[in-house]
Amino acid sequence: MCLAWDLPVLRAWRRQQEQQFSSLDDKPQFPGASAEFIDKLEFIQPNVISGIPIYRVMDRQGQIVNPSEDPHLPKEKVLKFYKSMTLLNTMDRILYESQRQGRISFYMTNYGEEGTHVGSAAALDNTDLVFGQYREAGVLMYRDYPLELFMAQCYGNINDLGKGRQMPVHYGCKERHFVTISSTLATQIPQAVGAAYAAKRANANRVVICYFGEGAASEGDAHAGFNFAATLECPIIFFCRNNGYAISTPTSEQYRGDGIAARGPGYGILSIRVDGNDVFAVYNATKEARRRAVAENQPFLIEAMTYRCPPAPSPEPHTDLGPLPLCRIGHHSTSDDSSAYRSVDEVNYWDKQDHPISRLRHYLLSRGWWDEEQEKAWRKQSRKKVMEAFEQAERKPKPNPNLLFSDVYQEMPSRLRKQQESLARHLQTYGEHYPLEHFDK
Amino acid sequence: MAAVSGLVRRPFRQVTVRDAINQGMDEELERDEKVFLLGEEVAQYDGAYKVSRGLWKKYGDKRIIDTPISEMGFAGIAVGAAMAGLRPICEFMTFNFSMQAIDQVINSAAKTYYMSGGLQSVPIVFRGPNGASAGVAAQHSQCFAAWYGHCPGLKVVSPWNSEDAKGLIKSAIRDNNPVVMLENELMYGVPFEFPPEAQSKDFLVPIGKAKIERQGTHITVVSHSRPVGHCLEAAAVLSKEGVECEVINMRTIRPMDMETIEASVMKTNHLVTVEGGWPQFGVGAEICARIMEGISKKPVLEYSQAQIKRLKLAFALSQLSLPSPRSCIQFPGCSCCSCHWC
Repeated sequence: MCLAWDLPVLRAWRRQQEQQFSSLDDKPQFPGASAEFIDKLEFIQPNVISGIPIYRVMDRQGQIVNPSEDPHLPKEKVLKFYKSMTLLNTMDRILYESQRQGRISFYMTNYGEEGTHVGSAAALDNTDLVFGQYREAGVLMYRDYPLELFMAQCYGNINDLGKGRQMPVHYGCKERHFVTISSTLATQIPQAVGAAYAAKRANANRVVICYFGEGAASEGDAHAGFNFAATLECPIIFFCRNNGYAISTPTSEQYRGDGIAARGPGYGILSIRVDGNDVFAVYNATKEARRRAVAENQPFLIEAMTYRCPPAPSPEPHTDLGPLPLCRIGHHSTSDDSSAYRSVDEVNYWDKQDHPISRLRHYLLSRGWWDEEQEKAWRKQSRKKVMEAFEQAERKPKPNPNLLFSDVYQEMPSRLRKQQESLARHLQTYGEHYPLEHFDK
Repeated sequence: MAAVSGLVRRPFRQVTVRDAINQGMDEELERDEKVFLLGEEVAQYDGAYKVSRGLWKKYGDKRIIDTPISEMGFAGIAVGAAMAGLRPICEFMTFNFSMQAIDQVINSAAKTYYMSGGLQSVPIVFRGPNGASAGVAAQHSQCFAAWYGHCPGLKVVSPWNSEDAKGLIKSAIRDNNPVVMLENELMYGVPFEFPPEAQSKDFLVPIGKAKIERQGTHITVVSHSRPVGHCLEAAAVLSKEGVECEVINMRTIRPMDMETIEASVMKTNHLVTVEGGWPQFGVGAEICARIMEGISKKPVLEYSQAQIKRLKLAFALSQLSLPSPRSCIQFPGCSCCSCHWC
């Protein structure tokens, strides 16, 4: 007796069956991923012990590590970096003190992060649109926003472009393409993507840069922003200032992955981690990101590692400007006292060893572009400029109360107009009960 | 002997609103190990406004949890924990930031018990500062009483003084329904006399019951949260003019205690509502609507004629605490009062 499957016709049929299925054996055909098969069970280990390396150009003494990475910037430009950072630092000291004295209601310093602002701002075109979080005043400083207007916003006086409606440090400047700061965290991220999309559609040869802290990157808006930037192919630079803390929450409690840079590839975004206290590293990364973002219409993610610091260390405790304040810690804001959650040792290390201003100063000194005389003179001059602007700003009146009612809508509704008129009448009769002398007439 | 012991009473203490909430949470954490607190900066930092001071030290990481910055995230996590049988207290740094999480509060916390046919309860408390503070601009100053008070499935409370704060947080934590507690940052540091009964670990202020803070016969003034204090100050001033205000502290926004308000309006025939929220679709608007619908034999508008006349006498004084009638004026740097005239 012969068995049926030995017959040649059946063997031929079986061979044909095998040929039909062979193409599926070779390669995966899933729409959701482009990858090879693997037959070994293995979970991908998140790499947090040896994370994404940190790009730097200068060492902590301001010496170029790899000469081929030196941007070879001209002297005037590098001096502008230095002066922007130090002027910002000086302004921060004065305005922080003024809040402690009750002269302004609130303030946030930028100590230790000046390098991230100036390095990135310098690598952009002046018309590139900036969405900040709240700790990027150096970008405006680099774009020559006058001290008078910084102060006007903090004091909410008649010169404030924002008409006194915001808390201090919530700057906005249409002329310098700096979108008004909004208090709510990370909302600027998807907004920046939308703006970048608009720039792409307009063929504007323009990039949008979006700044945020590593804490804000935990917000859901960050996820949406990253994903949309990649899928909509937008010319945007995501710039994360990772300064180690979100108020008192350290990064160890904020995330468990390898920081923010490691998230970029998950969204299909080209990403880099840089030394945020190295202004040339920040500059180089931003410059290249900008070039490619615009040329290729794709997003870039830069994670700048830095620290929320005390004011720049000075060589002498006293200058002819009077004694400089002793160890002052960079708090989250004037509503915070970070000695509650950071040790003095931790803060001192950053103050002494690694600060963007002192590192650039070392670079300038070694090039012979700066010296102690100029340093002394500049300190005096910058402090004088800040004090003058400060005194002027304090004396200016507040905006007229009738500005309470405008800009709710593009056109003032009749209900608001009636309220505006009612207030005007009320003040005519009862004006003496109000501090009208402080307000614009 | 019995007579003597009757005379021995525990004295009144001065307790700030902050400490009252702190005490309330502390007592409930101690009483029930399923209760826990989560939010931004609540642990070692003692809370952004120091309301949870000392709690992390006492109860540790398992009961007092610092979260990454995502309101949507931690509200969702809290709702999930409640669904699984824990009793979370979810702190928003301010209710302005709760808008990031509002889907979790409304669509998940408020509606789930109903939508699951009673199978899935969500015994959660959302708390934090609400309304205006000092010069913190529009994004930190909104009052959410009307927004949350609009939704069935939620209970919404709004304490004014320390007694309210402690009693309401304890009731909220013990309540098996989702409760939103709207505090006020400017009230945190204000001390009040704490009656002896409030010092008990079982002191509860019932949700859904208003309190008459001041008896009066001429005009009913209804308010919640910080403006209650303003109303009492205005009442003291008006009393010298011979106008006696009955000041009602709502304590609860939802379910609203209309009985107390109605009984008072029946007595006085005049009503003013004072709140920190905007007038359109607000708490005061709802009270006026219900009075219109409800108990009065005469149409409400008739009452308003009489009442406006009265308050013109005290107009100059009313500016101290009550805004000008018929308008809603927002002054930067002070709390906003909107006044609804019924």
